[in-house]
Amino acid sequence: MRYNFDFASLQEYWPEFLRGALMTLEMTVIACVLGLVIGVFCAIGRRGKRKWLATLCGAYVEIVRNTPYLIQIFFIFFGLASAGLKLPIFAAAVLTMVFNVGAYTAEIVRAGMDTIHPGQIEAAEALGLSTPQIYWDVILRPSLERVYPSLSGQFVLMMLSSSVTSQISAEELTGVANSVQSESFRSFETFIVVAVLYFAMAMLLKFAFHLFGQAIFPRRRRLGTPL
Amino acid sequence: MSAVVKLHDIHKSFGSVEVLKGVSFEIEKGEVVAIIGRSGSGKSTALRCINRLETIQSGTLEVCGHRVDDQSLDLRALRQDVGMVFQSYNLFPHLTVEQNITLAPRRVKGVPNREARALALESLQRVGLAEKIDAYPEQLSGGQQQRVAIARSLAMQPKVMLFDEVTSALDPQLTGEVLRVMETLARGGMTMAVVTHEMAFARRVANRVIFMHQGKVWETGPGDMLADPKTAELRDFISNGL
Ligand SMILES: Nc1ncnc2c1ncn2[C@@H]1O[C@H](COP(=O)(O)OP(=O)(O)O)[C@@H](O)[C@H]1O
Ligand SMILES: [Mg+2]
Repeated sequence: MRYNFDFASLQEYWPEFLRGALMTLEMTVIACVLGLVIGVFCAIGRRGKRKWLATLCGAYVEIVRNTPYLIQIFFIFFGLASAGLKLPIFAAAVLTMVFNVGAYTAEIVRAGMDTIHPGQIEAAEALGLSTPQIYWDVILRPSLERVYPSLSGQFVLMMLSSSVTSQISAEELTGVANSVQSESFRSFETFIVVAVLYFAMAMLLKFAFHLFGQAIFPRRRRLGTPL
Repeated sequence: MSAVVKLHDIHKSFGSVEVLKGVSFEIEKGEVVAIIGRSGSGKSTALRCINRLETIQSGTLEVCGHRVDDQSLDLRALRQDVGMVFQSYNLFPHLTVEQNITLAPRRVKGVPNREARALALESLQRVGLAEKIDAYPEQLSGGQQQRVAIARSLAMQPKVMLFDEVTSALDPQLTGEVLRVMETLARGGMTMAVVTHEMAFARRVANRVIFMHQGKVWETGPGDMLADPKTAELRDFISNGL
């Protein structure tokens, strides 16, 4: 096989790549923040006493985790459109990401909550803490510390999966790559560049999560041991 | 002297199994009551009813003026008056000793953050662990963790303290340091209900001993009663160890 690599002809597209990469990161950050909120409430809902809510949250989690992301994207995108709701593409893409990552987050957070010993909750009750206070201080905080590695792994995965939103013409990195390769006719080079960019972004995200974890989990920072 | 804890004819079942079968006793202000008895006799359940970790089926239960058997009980107020220490310490692993101690005062009583450290220090001094204020639970021995758990309870300034086999998970040499802290508390006038297997402690420190058997108060009396049991069951319990 002989192939003459020509990266030089991609040079003029740098601003495009950069814009795409930034959009990917932007979508990922928004999706992870909102997904975490949904995941936490969903995990609490599944543990709660209200049967219908537990069932609803359980159904959401199972449906999302057992269908392809691409199908979820089409479902939401065309579903909303046929319901007469016309969202900008960026918003629609982020929405599908939130919907998707929320379910995975819920499952991870729930697993974390399951590791909290009932004695912890009783001790907090005996001290007079209210149920919301117990959820925040005694259940959620140590749970999140415990599952933080899985959680940040899931978020990095979401960043990579976001490339699928190019299917509804989101202008993120993969979307940009598609237009660049059809304009430049240098498909192989384009996707090599994009792969390197995704890899770099994944590393960057991992490092950012590491720093963030050090900042919000002082015990881990000081002792360096898993909780 | 008025009783701060009054149990009268308490019945408690888990499902169809009746665990407390008409338990009555009172604890006076400043009194230390040791509750002894075989495993499964209902000691923990009786203790847990006092701060409403368990709800009773019938009987009257009054603690520090709170009607615990009443539906409209102010649970938060009750729990501010009643401290509890457990066999398994139950310190919050993600928080430092200081944060463990000050969490409830800050959240429940609204103690401002700048006063919290002084409060933690004061409670820790009472259990002799001031130097561990910035440690995390996993950095402490079992005995130290249990003393922090006692300090955590003390920081809420309870009127009554409940101890449920707080030394059962500890090695003999660590048991001593926890019992000494409890003895100091008792001498300081704290009202205490202590479920324990430490007979020497019950004899020396308790004003009164309650022997529970099969969900009932079987025999009760001053610490000396352990030397001269009236019922065959207590005699049996004492001679067979646990
Ligand atoms: N949450 C519970 N559900 C069902 N049974 C329980 C529960 N807690 C205690 N019991 C039962 O109640 C009885 C008394 O238990 P407990 O009060 O813990 O005794 P003790 O502290 O004297 O060992 C035991 O037979 C125990 O199995
Ligand atoms: Mg017990």
